[in-house]
Amino acid sequence: MEERRIRKYVPVTLRVDENGKIRPLVIEFDEQHKYLVDKVLDVRRAACQSAGGVGDRFTCRIQGQETYIWLEKGRWFIAAKPEYLTPDEAESKPET
Amino acid sequence: MGREILHCDANCFYAAVEMQRNPDLRGKPVAVCGNQEERHGIVLTASYPAKRRGVKTGMAIWQARQACPELVVVPPDYPEYMRISGMLREIFGSYTNLVEPFGLDEAWLDVSGSRELFGSPMEIAEEISARVKFELGITVSIGVSNNKITAKLGSDYKKPDAITRIMPNNYEQIVYPLPVEDLLYVGPATSAKLRRAGISTIGKLAECSEDFLSRRLGKMGLVLKTFAMGLDPTPVHPCDHVQAIKSVGNGCTAPRDLVNDDDVKIMLYLLSESVALRLRELAARCSVVGLYVRDCELASFTRQRKLQEPTCSSAEIAETAFDLFKRNYHWDMPLRGVGVRGSELVDTTNGVQLSLYADSIKREKWEKIDGAMDRLRHRYGYLSIQRAIVQTDPLLAAVDPSQHTIHPVGYFAG
Repeated sequence: MEERRIRKYVPVTLRVDENGKIRPLVIEFDEQHKYLVDKVLDVRRAACQSAGGVGDRFTCRIQGQETYIWLEKGRWFIAAKPEYLTPDEAESKPET
Repeated sequence: MGREILHCDANCFYAAVEMQRNPDLRGKPVAVCGNQEERHGIVLTASYPAKRRGVKTGMAIWQARQACPELVVVPPDYPEYMRISGMLREIFGSYTNLVEPFGLDEAWLDVSGSRELFGSPMEIAEEISARVKFELGITVSIGVSNNKITAKLGSDYKKPDAITRIMPNNYEQIVYPLPVEDLLYVGPATSAKLRRAGISTIGKLAECSEDFLSRRLGKMGLVLKTFAMGLDPTPVHPCDHVQAIKSVGNGCTAPRDLVNDDDVKIMLYLLSESVALRLRELAARCSVVGLYVRDCELASFTRQRKLQEPTCSSAEIAETAFDLFKRNYHWDMPLRGVGVRGSELVDTTNGVQLSLYADSIKREKWEKIDGAMDRLRHRYGYLSIQRAIVQTDPLLAAVDPSQHTIHPVGYFAG
């Protein structure tokens, strides 16, 4: 099995084009870390194996690195490594 | 050219969805169970580790805990299961328009016309299996055959996450040794009849004479024989195919045991109101009222009566059900739940055959009162108006029978 990650819901700045297509522009990991999305490389439905969750998975290039961000039921989440989370967040809680 | 039918069955669907979204549950004995406070505390789905420890669907939670003390009990989240089920159907729908859902977690697909576009049925099955795993994080078992019944046997044959192809060349080898109970529509009653006659496997049923089967089981015997021979001709009905509604019913487990006629009367009125409302929504009336009674040891029976004239009045349905109840139940034991059903529906828009003697003016008045109640509830909510009898017991009155989401499905289309 993949390394265990924690689902972290994050605020996202979006652009909606004239056809209703959405694109994430900025992902706010926390107050200090806001990341510009350089490019969206792929969008497809996918399950997040490492942290759980099913939705539309955006493959984004951020600072030269490829990373995934999921849109599930209107909320955005990333599969975060537990060591980057506050102790509060790291405690995996059942979804509400 | 023969048909190519797939039957896809999501393995331990509710438990699989829970384990997908909460990785901490994976590999553990998990059971999705109904709400204990509302007394629906039974196992709805168990994960494979739980099943291996003897936890079965339908067990009470305490029984399941006895079989497996470390069992993780999770409450059901139907909106989530319906969301995943919808996405599952989207995947199916990208291979054929002929998708017939059977509950939330199963479906038949007729891919006879998809071969040119998507490849052989086995290739389609493999692709579906891979996509479900990647996109939804759960697994499916798929049966591939030339008819629906055999395809279903195939998806049950090997679980989880497997594909089984059953065709005439390997049919007898795979299907004949299976117990008759594996066939759709061989339930406990039919199974007992067949086993008494020495028919314990599907093969024996297939080889049994038609004469004998129709004597023992009526016309169902012949249907079962065609099922057993792998010759089921039923087409796959796509999901936009609306089945003719044959009856409208509603039943529920009461928040507490019912101990006297008054309790039952309250429940019957509550249930009849929702049955009558649904009849009116369908612009139908029912000619037969049925009653379903279940006691606290889960033994149950049904009774029904034909009305003089079709009705959609909640009072008349409730009174008939209550009368059936008084004639047929003698309080040997408290009751756990009751149900009311209206069947033999007639279309009200076509006019109704009137009886010479029945009091149709009174009935019309009651139906007008019902209509006024419908409108009040539509505007101001379900609790805005209630019968006084219901108020005599606030606990029972809290039951809102309009809150029903999951309907059982039948195999034989209307």
